[in-house]
Parts: sequence; structure tokens; C-alpha cells
Amino acid sequence: MTYKSFTGGIPLVDSKLVDSKLATRGAAVEPCPIPDQLIIPMSQHIGVPAQPIVTVGDLVLKGQTIAQAGAFISVPIHATTSGRVIAVEPRLHSLGKDLLAVVIEADGEDRWDPDLTELKSAQWTPDTLRQRIREAGIVGMGGACFPTHVKLAPADNKPIETLLINGSECEPFLTADHRLMLEQAEKVVDGIDILRQALAVKQVIVGIEANKKDAIARMKQLVVGRDIAVKILAVKYPQGAEQVLVDALLERQVPSGGLPMDLGVVIHNVATAAAVSDAVRFGHPLIERVVTVSGPGITTAKNLLVRIGTPMQKLVDFCDGPRGEISKIIMGGVMTGQSQISLEAPVIYGTLALLLFGANDLPQQDAGPCIRCGRCVAVCPLHLLPATIADYAMLGRFDMAQAYHVMDCMECGCCTYLCPAFRPLVQTLRYAKAGILAQQGRS
Amino acid sequence: MGHQLTMSSSPHLHGGDTTARIMRRVIIALLPACGVSIYYFGLPALLVLVWCTLGCLASEALCCYLSKRPLTLADNSAAITGLLLALNLPPSAPWWLCGFGAIIAIGIGKQVFGGLGHNPFNPALVARVVLLISFPVQMTNWTTPTPLGRGIDAVTTATPLGEMKTAIMLTGYLPTPSHDGLTNYFVGNMAGSLGEVSALALLIGGVYLLLKKVITWEIPVSYLATVVIFSGVMWLSDSQSYPDPLFHLVTGGLLLGAFFMATDMVTTPITRKGMIIFGSGCGLITVVIRLFGGYPEGVSFAILLMNAATPLIDRYSRPKVFGYDRHKVSHKEKMAGGREL
Amino acid sequence: MLTAVLGLGQIGLVAAIALGWAAKKFAVDVDERETKIRAILPGANCGGCGFPSCSSYASAVSAGTAPINLCRSGGSAVVENIAHIMRMKVETSTAQIAVVLCQGDDRKATLKYHYLGLHDCNAANQIAGGPKLCPSGCLGLGSCVAVCAFSAIAITAHGLAVVNRERCTGCGKCVAICPRHVIRLAPATATIHVLCNSHDKGGVVRTYCKVGCIGCGLCRKAVPSAYVLDRFLAHIDYSHAALAVLAADAIAICPNQCIVDFTKNYPDDRLLHPLPAIPDRPALVTDDEKAQR
Repeated sequence: MTYKSFTGGIPLVDSKLVDSKLATRGAAVEPCPIPDQLIIPMSQHIGVPAQPIVTVGDLVLKGQTIAQAGAFISVPIHATTSGRVIAVEPRLHSLGKDLLAVVIEADGEDRWDPDLTELKSAQWTPDTLRQRIREAGIVGMGGACFPTHVKLAPADNKPIETLLINGSECEPFLTADHRLMLEQAEKVVDGIDILRQALAVKQVIVGIEANKKDAIARMKQLVVGRDIAVKILAVKYPQGAEQVLVDALLERQVPSGGLPMDLGVVIHNVATAAAVSDAVRFGHPLIERVVTVSGPGITTAKNLLVRIGTPMQKLVDFCDGPRGEISKIIMGGVMTGQSQISLEAPVIYGTLALLLFGANDLPQQDAGPCIRCGRCVAVCPLHLLPATIADYAMLGRFDMAQAYHVMDCMECGCCTYLCPAFRPLVQTLRYAKAGILAQQGRS
Repeated sequence: MGHQLTMSSSPHLHGGDTTARIMRRVIIALLPACGVSIYYFGLPALLVLVWCTLGCLASEALCCYLSKRPLTLADNSAAITGLLLALNLPPSAPWWLCGFGAIIAIGIGKQVFGGLGHNPFNPALVARVVLLISFPVQMTNWTTPTPLGRGIDAVTTATPLGEMKTAIMLTGYLPTPSHDGLTNYFVGNMAGSLGEVSALALLIGGVYLLLKKVITWEIPVSYLATVVIFSGVMWLSDSQSYPDPLFHLVTGGLLLGAFFMATDMVTTPITRKGMIIFGSGCGLITVVIRLFGGYPEGVSFAILLMNAATPLIDRYSRPKVFGYDRHKVSHKEKMAGGREL
Repeated sequence: MLTAVLGLGQIGLVAAIALGWAAKKFAVDVDERETKIRAILPGANCGGCGFPSCSSYASAVSAGTAPINLCRSGGSAVVENIAHIMRMKVETSTAQIAVVLCQGDDRKATLKYHYLGLHDCNAANQIAGGPKLCPSGCLGLGSCVAVCAFSAIAITAHGLAVVNRERCTGCGKCVAICPRHVIRLAPATATIHVLCNSHDKGGVVRTYCKVGCIGCGLCRKAVPSAYVLDRFLAHIDYSHAALAVLAADAIAICPNQCIVDFTKNYPDDRLLHPLPAIPDRPALVTDDEKAQR
């Protein structure tokens, strides 16, 4: 049977990727123990960083607001357990530099803020729902961390007709969304309903990759009678990317430089939907997420429910520690995540996974010359010419790189994955983008 | 974490395929043709293969030493050039012809441009054409195949294409065909260069390359299809003066060219549409030279001419970037910000 | 035979007349000063003058829209020559060349992590602030080498950028591209430099480099006129004359051997590639003519 798909991309039948989810596909989500200290960074989402409203010595409760939103495209941040604020200072962030964070010493009681209440369904209007989602600090849980309330506030000239729910989880090793759909399907579907009300849309489609058969079955059970369609997507990377998802499910292309909103489409991740349900039904802000801890370098791979602000070391310890000598730590997916300089940095909203690798697990060699094989061209989901753009970038010809649409590149990594010469294509394209922005800044 | 961690930009995973592995697969695909050539032409064929390959390896090593760059023999590309050059030479080629060809192929065909990935023309074909023009006698000294013979007492003869060209030029008509001609041409029992003779061995190699995804279907199919169509049209118009498409397919260097030379990644377009244009151009020029040109065989020249056109083809065959196709982008007529490439 | 000679001769004659007429009719009026200036410029199109090419600088000078002393690569010889062509007075300025203020190669400086990826300092600097623990040290990946139009900078076998003082023309391209701002322009006559760029306190510097400046100030105590201390980093005060004599006294005193005399065989590693010689450029003003003026 043919599934919804797009041109390009890497099918998961490639032997390297197909077994990576095996370790955690069947592992039920376990709560990760709360560490002694939680380091909650202020820069966790796209947009302006939040501003702390607590000071050293303050006592806080779980779910209490500790930082307010910096601007419209920003969200408040909340304490993820009860305790005392012991520092408001720069701390190591998963981006590799020290950024402002609020450090809370847990008191062990983990008490909710009693002021958090349900938003009763009688009060649901798009405005109240948007307000509640904003107050709860909900951001996109698919890795981009875009403030959700902004996506629910479309411009007047761009009416929204379709809501797409992203359950594809196309990256290797990741199984967090899969387990969420399996274990918390009711919450996810409830969240979808709420989002539908917030947007006042008619058409709702949930897209799930074909390798999650049990999740598909469970979701299909629960959407009966709710006018939500569940469509099966081909197992290909990067199926979950926004432009690609819209192309696969609706057969339309998001205009270059535009957003799905320009087509009347809004996309939300399944975990975002679950968080929305918690925020509206219980008043609980976003304080935790499911993280897949996996990779050949971890002793016991697990799916953990982790409080935001937990240092990564705690997750590794709870998974029985590293296996052998670790050469690379990746926060996020193996194709789009960031390599880490230590396990000190805390889990944030965008931490989809924590992956550990030994020295021989990730093949790498010095970059050779481009042999013009054309594989990068064939695989690019956005139909770019990565090899050509990279050549121009290394010559400093950022004008030509821009003419070849490097700014459209979504840095999925398909080109670099396949390049036989081991050229660092995504890094070179990022270099070109930085060069173009620098030139625009200067002029 | 006792020792240092590694950090890099995303993506962190790689498919594992390397340039050297791809080249190795091409070498494996060439082995049937090499084996058949030794079967039919004996020791001289083996010597040509050895001299050419060693010559190319030595030339590349010398060029790396002179330009003070690390040795690049490990990427297997010099070995492939050696094999391809050998397969383009007649079995009677003396050692000095092979050596000279190797120096031209690697030195001028590849290294002066900066090494692997920078040459605009197929190195083996550059050498073949230089040798053909410089030493026409040695380069057209064809011998009859002697299966499992030692090939020492070789009898000079003409290739099927050569016979055709001579007959057309002298009489205006094709020579009398031999009834078992096509079968012989298919398995390799005919005169020609080492790699030209056996269509069967080349097809095996070509299919291997396709299955292992070393090459894609666009160039071989467009090349062969264009040859069939164009030669077929001429044959249908006058079957006394023009041979049939099947004859074209199994004689000369067409299969060697279509599967191994025209698919050389470095000198061919990188876009799918571009590859089809490239293959069709090669096919057209090949048939024109074979039927109307002064040389009996046109594959080498056709491929080199299309190599020259590759940058132009690349420029004008760029795929439509996602989000620019007006029909797919919006149902509405105009949409702010949309630009055609 | 005769017809061939006459025929070809007539064709040649017609072509010659036509070409001669075209040369006059379509001639471009170029200020002859511009041609002369262009001939004496180095021709490397390095961009140090701020113009994209030597030709454009030559036309700007002859048009009077650019000062005559912008060509840092050509040095005072070129400035004199341009002044002679343009019949202007010459002002002298001190020639400058680049110096990499760092000694921390892979034997001396500690790495934060093992870097894999694009061989470019700006790209590597984006990943957690670069692979060197020292936030101001040379990364040794060669962005400066790539941008130098004179092959005057190279990376040693131990991963440190080093300037070839004979070839450097002071155009400043390497200074601009370095993400760590570790390359500076200094007077060509200054041969003693403090090779460190880190403003961290001494204790911190010791954790990541064996030859980093700890800001102890001993050099300043020894030769106060030659050394300046600025936020735990010492550097030479280049405005002083006779530096070579003065500053050398502090070299032995520095506890971390940060101060280096470039006339005494530095660097000790050979550069990765030996550099070819520059061909001599024609001077418009010969030495005899200069002597006579």
C-alpha cells in the first residue's frame, strides 16, 4: 500500500537507521528522578529570552512563574519543582555557552502551585484558549520551540483551514512521540480538540509514520466520531519537517520564505497537543517532556519523563551510566541535534533525545573533493543544489549562494548523510547563511 | 568522560559510503569486460591492462609528489582511469603507447585541473583521443579474436564499424552482412578495442552498477534510446545504406561509453534533467559521426563534446526549488513573494 | 601559385587597413597616467586599498578621487612612483605587517574538544566557542591562509598560524577574517612582540596554555617604556623607537616565555609549504633617477 510521501529524503530502510528505534520502541515512559538542583535557562525558545522575576532566596512552588515573556514572540517560564532559588546567573547551556538561568534547589516535596486552575469548557473561546496556552508557556515540542500561542494567532488576511498534527518522529533513535501516542493517546486527542477550538478550523489531520503501527491503531481508535483523520506517512527522513509534511499530506508547497499559515495551514506536534490539554484541563504549565535516552554508548536505553532543568548527567545515571568510552554526546536527534561539550547542561523544551556514542559508532573521515555524484541534489527535499552552493560559499561568493536559494535550506542533513566525500555540507551552508546575514547587516 | 569529546555540526550520522567504495564498485563492474578481453585476445590484452593501470597509478603518484600534496591513490580513481584507458586501446597496443596514454590521461586529463573532482573532461577519453590523433596507425591496428588463444599470432582485421564505414565510403552501401554476426558481436567475438567487444560483459557490469546505485538510469537509458531512435529513423528511411539499431548497440564502444564513460560523475551534470539532456546529446552526436562523419566510431568525441557542455547543462537544468512552483504553492492566482527561478 | 600569393596578399592588406581604422575609431580614451599607475601597482588585487582591483585603484587615483598612499602592499616604493606620475608630494608613513599574537599550538595549549568539520576558523568558532580552551587563541584552521593574496601566512605542523615577515604587505585581510582577533598589524620595524591575546587572569590562563601571558607585569617593571599592561595582558608599546634594544631586556624575565624576538629564528617549526619567490616588479622611477632628484 502506498503511503503519503514527498520526493527526495532518505528512506528508513537504510540499514544504519532502521534498527535505531528498536532499543526504545517498546520501553514505557519512566519518570526521571528529580535532581537536587534544577538549572532552568531563560533562552529555551525561539524569540526573545524570558526575563526572570524571582531573585536569590525566593521560595517557589511547582508551576509558579519564574520569568516573564520578553515580547509577543516569547513565553513565560515556570519552576519545574518546588524549592528555593539559589542563583540567577549564566550557566552552561546546551548551545555550548553560558546563558542566564534560574537555579532552583529542590525541597523534595514537589508541590504544585495551588493557584493553577482548569479553564472550564464553557469559557473556551479562541482568545481565552490562546491566553491560557501562552500563560502556560507552551512552545512547539517537536524541537523548534516556537511559542504555540503565536501559531494560534493568525493574521486576518490568512484564514486557517487545516490543522495538521505531526506524529511522524522521523529522526533515527527518537521514540518519545511514539510512546506518547501509545500511552497518552487520550490526552493527545483532547489537546487536538482544544487546538481545533482555538483555531476554529474544520479540517484536522494527524500524520503518523508507518513504522509506528501500534500508535496508529491506538490513535485511530480514539479519533472515531471526532472528525479527525489519521493518515499514514511513508517512513522517510525528514518526513516531519513542516514544508515536507504539508507537501505529503496536502500536496501543496509552502511558498519560499513563507510559513504554512500562508496556505491556511497550522502544524502542531503531538507532544504540544498533550501539553495544551494539561494546561487547559489542569492549569499545569509546561514543566516536563519525554526524552529518549539512547545510542550505542548508553547502558540501558529508556524513554524518560524529565523535568525541564534536569542536568543531562542525571539522565545518564538513571540509565545505568555510559557504556564504554564516550566520544560524542548529542542533545536532540542525530541528524539535527547539537553535540555537547559535557553532561552538565540541562534538559530544555527542545531536548527530544540524549544520545551517546563511542569512538567507532559514527563513521567520519577527512573531507575529500566533491566528485559531483549528484546524490545531494537527488536527495534534497527542497530541491536545492547543496554541492554547488557549498562551492560558492567556500569561494566567498555569498551572492551566488543566495541566488541558489541557500536561505531556503532547512538544514535537515540529508545531503551530508549521503555525501561520499564526507563534505560538511550543512555546516558550509550555515556558513553561507551567516555570511549573507552579515553582508545584509553591514549594508 | 576521561578523554576528550568530539564536537561537530549536525548531522552527526553518515551513511558510510565513501568515494573509494564507489570507485571500487566500478572496478568490479569492469572485471567481466577485462576478463572477456583476455579470453579473446590473450596475453597482449593482459599486458595492455597492466601497463595502463600501472602507468596511471605511477603518473598520479608523480603528480602528487610534484605538487606536494598527499598521495591520492587510495581513492581508486587512478586505477579506474587505467582500466578504462586500457579498455579503449586495441590489444596490439605497445607498452609505450599505454604509458604515454596514462601520462596524458592522469597528467593532462586530471591533475592539471586540480585532481579528482576538478577535471572537465573524461581523462581516459582525453588520452584515447590524443593517442588516436597522434598515433592513428597503432590505434587502429585491430586483430581477430582467438578464444583462449595466447594471442601472439594475431591476424590484423577491421572492426565491424570500420568495415561499414569503408563500404559506405567506397560503394555507398552497407557490406554484405554475415548471418551470425549479431550473436558474435554480442558475446564479443569480433575485432575492436579491449572493452568494446563483448556487449554481454558490459551489460553485466552496467546492471551491477545500476543495482549497487553507483549510477542512475538517466544517462545510459537516454544515451542508448537516442541512438536507437536516431539510427532507427535513418535505417527505416534507407536500410541499404544505414545499419539497423541493434547493430549500433552491439558494435563499437557504445555500451562501454554509455555505462562507464558517459556516467563518469565528475564530468557529467549533477541534476537528473541535466543527465537526460547529456545522454541524449551524446547519442545524437555518436550516430551523426558514425553515419556521416570521417571516423568510424563517434562515442569518444560525443562524450567529450558533451563534457564541454556540462556546466551549461547544469546551469539550465536546475530543479524548481520547493516553494516556487506557482501551481503547487497556492490555489490563489497571485501570491506575494513567489519568484520563478 | 601567383594567384594564391596575390589573393592572400590582398586579403591581408584589406584586413590590415580595416583593423587599423577600427583601432583608431573604437579607441578608448584612457588617461595615460592610469596606464602607468596600473603598471607599477603589485597586481594582486588584494583589496587592501579598499578598491576591488588594482585597475580600479589606478583609475581612481588618476581621476583624483583616491589618495595616492593607499596601496599598503606596494609600500613606499609604489607611493613614490605614483607621486612622480601624478606630480604630487609624497608623505611618508611607516609600513606595517601582520603578526599573530599567539604561541599556543597543539603542544602548548589545551583543547576543549576534538573538532570535526569544516576547516575554517569562523565555522569552528560557532561550535561551543571553538575547540581551544583559550577564548582568544589562534584556532589554526586556516581562514587567514585562505584569504591571504600574497601567501604570506601559513599554518605550522602543530596548528598555529605564522606570518612570513618578508612576504607580508600589511593589507589587513587576515586581521579582518580572524574570529579571535588574534592577528594585529604592527610596524614592520618592530621585531619583538608579546605573543598572547588573552585577557584572562593568570590562574585561568595557566589552565589552558603553557605559554600564555599571566599579567604578572615583570616585563613592565624591567622596561617600563616598552611594555604596557592592559587587563592582565602585556603588549609592546609600538610607538617607541629603538625598541629592539630596550624590549629585548625583558625577554629572559618573562616566566612563561611569552615575549619573542623575531630576528632570532622564530618560528622554530618550518612552515607547511615553502613559498615561491615574488617576481620583481618594474619601477617607473629608476634608482639613478631617484638619486639625481
